[in-house]
Amino acid sequence: MSAQNSGNQYPDYPVPNPALDAQPFWDGTAVGKLLLKRCGDCGETHYYPRAICPHCFSSETEWYEATGRGTIYSFSVMRRAPVPYVIAYVALEEGVTMMTNIVDCDFDALAIDDEVEVVFHPIDGGFSLPLFTPVAA
Amino acid sequence: MARPCKAYIAGAYEHPTRHAVEQSVAQLHAEVARGALADAGLSKDDVDGYFCAGDAPGLGGLSMVEYMGLDVRYTDSTDTGGSAYVVHLGHAAEAIAAGKCSVALITLAGRPRMAARGPLPDYGNDTPDIAFETPFNQNIVNNYAMAAMRHRHEYGTTAEQLAWIKVAASHHAQHNEHAMRREVVTVEDVVNSPMIADPLHRLDCCVISDGGGALVVVSPEIAKSLGARHWDRCVKVLGQGEAVKHTDRGRIDLTYTGGVKSAAIAFAEANLTPADIDMVTIYDSFTITVLITLEDLGFCEKGQGGRFVSDGNLISGVGKLPFNTDGGGLCNNHPSNRGSMTKIIEATRQVRGEAHPNVQVPDCTFALAHGTGGLIATRLCSATAILGRNDA
Repeated sequence: MSAQNSGNQYPDYPVPNPALDAQPFWDGTAVGKLLLKRCGDCGETHYYPRAICPHCFSSETEWYEATGRGTIYSFSVMRRAPVPYVIAYVALEEGVTMMTNIVDCDFDALAIDDEVEVVFHPIDGGFSLPLFTPVAA
Repeated sequence: MARPCKAYIAGAYEHPTRHAVEQSVAQLHAEVARGALADAGLSKDDVDGYFCAGDAPGLGGLSMVEYMGLDVRYTDSTDTGGSAYVVHLGHAAEAIAAGKCSVALITLAGRPRMAARGPLPDYGNDTPDIAFETPFNQNIVNNYAMAAMRHRHEYGTTAEQLAWIKVAASHHAQHNEHAMRREVVTVEDVVNSPMIADPLHRLDCCVISDGGGALVVVSPEIAKSLGARHWDRCVKVLGQGEAVKHTDRGRIDLTYTGGVKSAAIAFAEANLTPADIDMVTIYDSFTITVLITLEDLGFCEKGQGGRFVSDGNLISGVGKLPFNTDGGGLCNNHPSNRGSMTKIIEATRQVRGEAHPNVQVPDCTFALAHGTGGLIATRLCSATAILGRNDA
């Protein structure tokens, strides 16, 4: 039997405890936006988002909304868990790679380089997690 | 002509326990310190430098210095996770060369089997990366599994190739009376063991054990003053390097570790190359850790690790590069979930010629000990040490 999650078959997600300079990211996911940080001086996007650009050390960083689309860089199906789930790194169209989960799919059909798009999954504390699901072919 | 070195390992000791039911963690630190000092022919009153990592009880090394009744003029509690003890070995050699101490004691101890199991440490929201990882149920095994999955994708590395690493460790562990898992396993045993996090099976994962280990690192002057019996067993610290690797601003590449840099530094300091090394000890948290590390250290080309480890190439007496001849973390011991102390201890046994006769590498002159601390798919510190026989 292949593993997949659907309906309420999701693991328990720990609630994030964000640093002050990352709070806008979580304010964004709560309203269905995936926000990234880009540097106003060097133009580079970085991840996870920070106040100071880790490329050029400028303080002129700014939030912008990502397309929410990318490809799977790597993943693993966590089998030894009360509810199996897929941890993954997704390479976003904006050039940065983020840790996430792949959901709402047949886990055994997943492959690196699969195209995925963001879905927002509400959890406790008013937070919403940016998870990803395969783009329908 | 003998090679110069800053410092010698004069004493090394691995605690025989794997399940510390009755000892406290502080007691275990003191027990391994006693063992290593006795091995060196020194007493606690000779110690003037103390090194431990952040898992030792108390603030830095202060509580352990007090518990053991030491009087030190130098202390270092750098914590890089499981690689910390290879880091400490290098820092001790530097401190000795700088005249800051002359007898450095490094201890590791822990009893994770007796402690409650829990998730990864919660460092609170002052740690900026945590909120972007913990909510997705990252844990140690699925973090390493993502590196294995990417390696498989880029280079075709198979489950059977990874399994050879565990097979080699088990061949060595059968001769170690203290090893947690002494049974010899096959490739089929590994790939048929339960899948934990694709592509890592249960037997791709190291053991969890209580215990510890200690080293006594001394100046050349002290080493030569110990008398012939101890001097002949003193092991040269020929080179050491360390490097931090991380998620690189979101430009993630899981195919390599900081070992690329740490090994280059260590080999340059020792003026040696991988071809000179007679055996290696590599922190084997998972089979994939060893495979990627062997590539990074330069023992094979990037991507060729799967072929390199196959067909018993890591088994002493069988293959070209004996590794973890005590059984490693995969079979022997993994005290406090920190693997690099036992790696230095087994490399020391080998260059002394004191490993188990069935795994002793003949004429072992140069050994390499390597640790990976932290998590391979996020942030880690790699540390490499090159040890040489007393007359090397």
